Amino acid sequence: MAEIQFAAPETIGQAIKILAGAKGKSKILAGGTDLLVQMRSGRIEPSFIVDIKNIPELSEIKKEKNGYRIGAAVSGARLGENKTVKKKWPGVVEALELIGSTQIQGRASLGGNLCNGSPAADSVPAMIAAGAKCKVAGPRGRRTAKVEEIIIGPGKTSLKKGEFIVSFLLPNKPKKSSEAYLRLIPRTEMDIAVVGAGVSLTLDSKGVCSAARVALGAVAPTPILVDEAANILVGSDLDATTLNKLAAACREVCNPIDDMRGTVKYRTKVAGVLATRAAKIAADRIRSS
Amino acid sequence: MSKQHVTMEVNGDPIEFLCRTDQTLLDCLRDEIGLTGTKEGCSTGDCGACSVTVDDRLVCSCLVLGVEADGSKIETIEGIGESEDLHPLQRHFLEEAALQCGICTPGFIVAAKNLLEKNPSPTEEEARYWLAGNLCRCTGYDKIIRAVMKAAEEMRG
Repeated sequence: MAEIQFAAPETIGQAIKILAGAKGKSKILAGGTDLLVQMRSGRIEPSFIVDIKNIPELSEIKKEKNGYRIGAAVSGARLGENKTVKKKWPGVVEALELIGSTQIQGRASLGGNLCNGSPAADSVPAMIAAGAKCKVAGPRGRRTAKVEEIIIGPGKTSLKKGEFIVSFLLPNKPKKSSEAYLRLIPRTEMDIAVVGAGVSLTLDSKGVCSAARVALGAVAPTPILVDEAANILVGSDLDATTLNKLAAACREVCNPIDDMRGTVKYRTKVAGVLATRAAKIAADRIRSS
Repeated sequence: MSKQHVTMEVNGDPIEFLCRTDQTLLDCLRDEIGLTGTKEGCSTGDCGACSVTVDDRLVCSCLVLGVEADGSKIETIEGIGESEDLHPLQRHFLEEAALQCGICTPGFIVAAKNLLEKNPSPTEEEARYWLAGNLCRCTGYDKIIRAVMKAAEEMRG
C-alpha cells in the first residue's frame, strides 16, 4: 500500500487548509466505520486522511435559538444518551441508533452516514423528515445546505473539493409535533435497510395534521423527500383513507433496485406500508406527550 | 515510510510507539505493543472479536486507526483480571463453559464489562442486544448470556 498521510486538525480553518493543500485523493475520517472497511477492501485508496474529530464544533451537541446543533462526528452512542434530543427528535435518534452494533454505535456519526452517500443510509431519511440542515465548511467559506441536497447518487455527494460537513441543525418543532423512523430488514438487528421511512408531523388542537414531511430510503438512487405524500397528510386527521393515499403516493415515487435484500415489487409495496406505520407512530407520540 | 509518534494509555500504562497511517489500533495493539489478547476476526467491524474500549467507549479496534487513537485511554482484555485473580466475568465464562475455541471470548468479556459498567442490572434481552455485535460460532450464545447474567448478579453483591 502506498504511503498515506494523516492529519488531525483542531480547528476548521486548519482542516480547510490541509484539505486544500492535500495532493491526490483525500478522505475525511469521522467514525471510520465505512471508511476503514472501504480501504481494507481496496475500494478506495486515499493518499491523505484528515481526522476531523478533534475539532470541537464537530463533536458538540448544543442548544441554539433555532434548534439543536449536532456535530457531524458525534457518535450514535453519544447522541442516544442525550435525553433532550431523543425526546424532541425521536425519529432522527432512533434512525442513527439502528445502525450497526454497540461497537459501531461507539463511532458511527450523522455526518459519516450522510457523506458515505448510501441510498439506504438509515439516519438520512429521518434527518430529511426532520427538516435538518447542515453547515458545510470549505475553501470558499461556510454555507448551509438542506440534508436532501447532499446525496446526489450512490456514494456521490454534492460537496465540492475541500468541503466537509461541520454540523447539523435540527430545527425546533411547533408544539404538538413529533416524528418516527422505521426500516425493514429481514432480521432483528444489524442489516442494511431494504426500505426506510421517516415521517415528521404537526397536529393542530383538533388533531388535524397541519404540517408533514415524509422521506424514504433504499427505494431510489438517493434518499428522497416525498412532498406529494406529505401534502396528502396535511388537512387530514390521518384516517384510513388518507393513510391508503399516503401509501400510494410513496409507492408512486419508488425507483428501487432488485437485489438480494428485496425485489423492486417488494420494496415498492413496503415503502407504502412503512410510511403509513411511521405516520401512525409519529401521531401517537404527539397524542401521548 | 514515514511513521507518526503515538502515545496512549493502555490498561493504565503509558505507551508510545511509531505508527503508519494504515495500521489499525488492532494492528498496533498486537504487532507494536505485543498485546495479542485482542483477536482479529473479520477486520470489517462485523464480528466484535477485536472489541476494546477507547476512552471508555466500546469499539471494534479494527475500525480505528492507530494514529487516530493518539492521546486516548485504551482498555483491552489484558487489563481485566490477573491469572490468579480473575474478573467475575472471566470466572463465570469458565464456570458456564461459555467458550470453546476462544477467539471471540476476549471481545465478549470486554463488551460485557463495558455493559455492566453502564448498566449493572441488565435484563437478558438488554444483554443480548448489547452483545449482538459479538459473534460466536461455537456456543450458540446461551452459555455466554448465562455467564454474563451470573457475573452481573455477583458484581451487584
